[in-house]
Amino acid sequence: MKTAVIVFPGSNCDRDAAVALERATGKPAEMVWHGNAELPDADLVVLPGGFSYGDYLRSGAMSARSPVMEGVIAHAKSGRPLVGICNGFQVLTEAGLLPGVLMRNADLHFVCKTVGLQITNNETIFTNGYASGQTINVPVAHHDGNYFADDETLDRLEGEGRVAFRYTDNPNGSARDIAGILNDEGNVLGMMPHPERVVDEALGGTDGSALFASLVEALQ
Amino acid sequence: MKARIHITLKNGVLDPQGKAVQNALGSLGFDGVGDVRQGKYMEIELSETDPDKAEKTVELMCQKLLANTVIENYTIKIGD
Repeated sequence: MKTAVIVFPGSNCDRDAAVALERATGKPAEMVWHGNAELPDADLVVLPGGFSYGDYLRSGAMSARSPVMEGVIAHAKSGRPLVGICNGFQVLTEAGLLPGVLMRNADLHFVCKTVGLQITNNETIFTNGYASGQTINVPVAHHDGNYFADDETLDRLEGEGRVAFRYTDNPNGSARDIAGILNDEGNVLGMMPHPERVVDEALGGTDGSALFASLVEALQ
Repeated sequence: MKARIHITLKNGVLDPQGKAVQNALGSLGFDGVGDVRQGKYMEIELSETDPDKAEKTVELMCQKLLANTVIENYTIKIGD
């Protein structure tokens, strides 16, 4: 199973994502510079967290127009899994692969702490290693994580089971406590919390491991 | 030719930064400050000399990059 992590200027969770992927798959992830015109063939692509382009214009806006994104969009349209974590989630909304937008946190504070996440839908390729309704502990670290979409979009996301994760104690003002959503095909996940940071007990927990294990299982 | 672009949040979209500015103005002693909405202003130099063509190009720029139309509106003025 081949995995790839896209590296933007200002990504800072790319190596964490690569470590989490390697632990789950047993093979190193390919690190792909954002300026590459082509995306190497991969079964799973991760857009990592960070502050790409220093959050210029809007978080994720510049990265969403990077040369490699044409290949990333084609990868998603082909039905293969794509995960955007934190800044990666912002890039996915800016690229139009997921609906809505991540706005400045409602209280204007940068929030950096471990939060409770409820598994809202465990019947996805990303979450089937968790129990439905299970609560896991995963860190967040962001300034722009306040998920916003119009009511019609939110109703559709909820009605179609496309809310993957909800905050148990909303840290940023996100509409309907939404922490992670799926596209309509169910192969693209965007989430603000960092599962790649909790794949080792030495670093504070392993609640993120099941997400990567779920993907490996789904792709085998 | 220069394009002047204002990008503002749509009505109904919460603007916590504008709210913080409003509160700060109040605490500085400015009375009677109502709602504050924060936005962006950009100036773009263009080599195009036809104002209509320039406006169409800048419109595309706004849609493709400069504004996020999920939450933002934009207005364009073309001039010297």
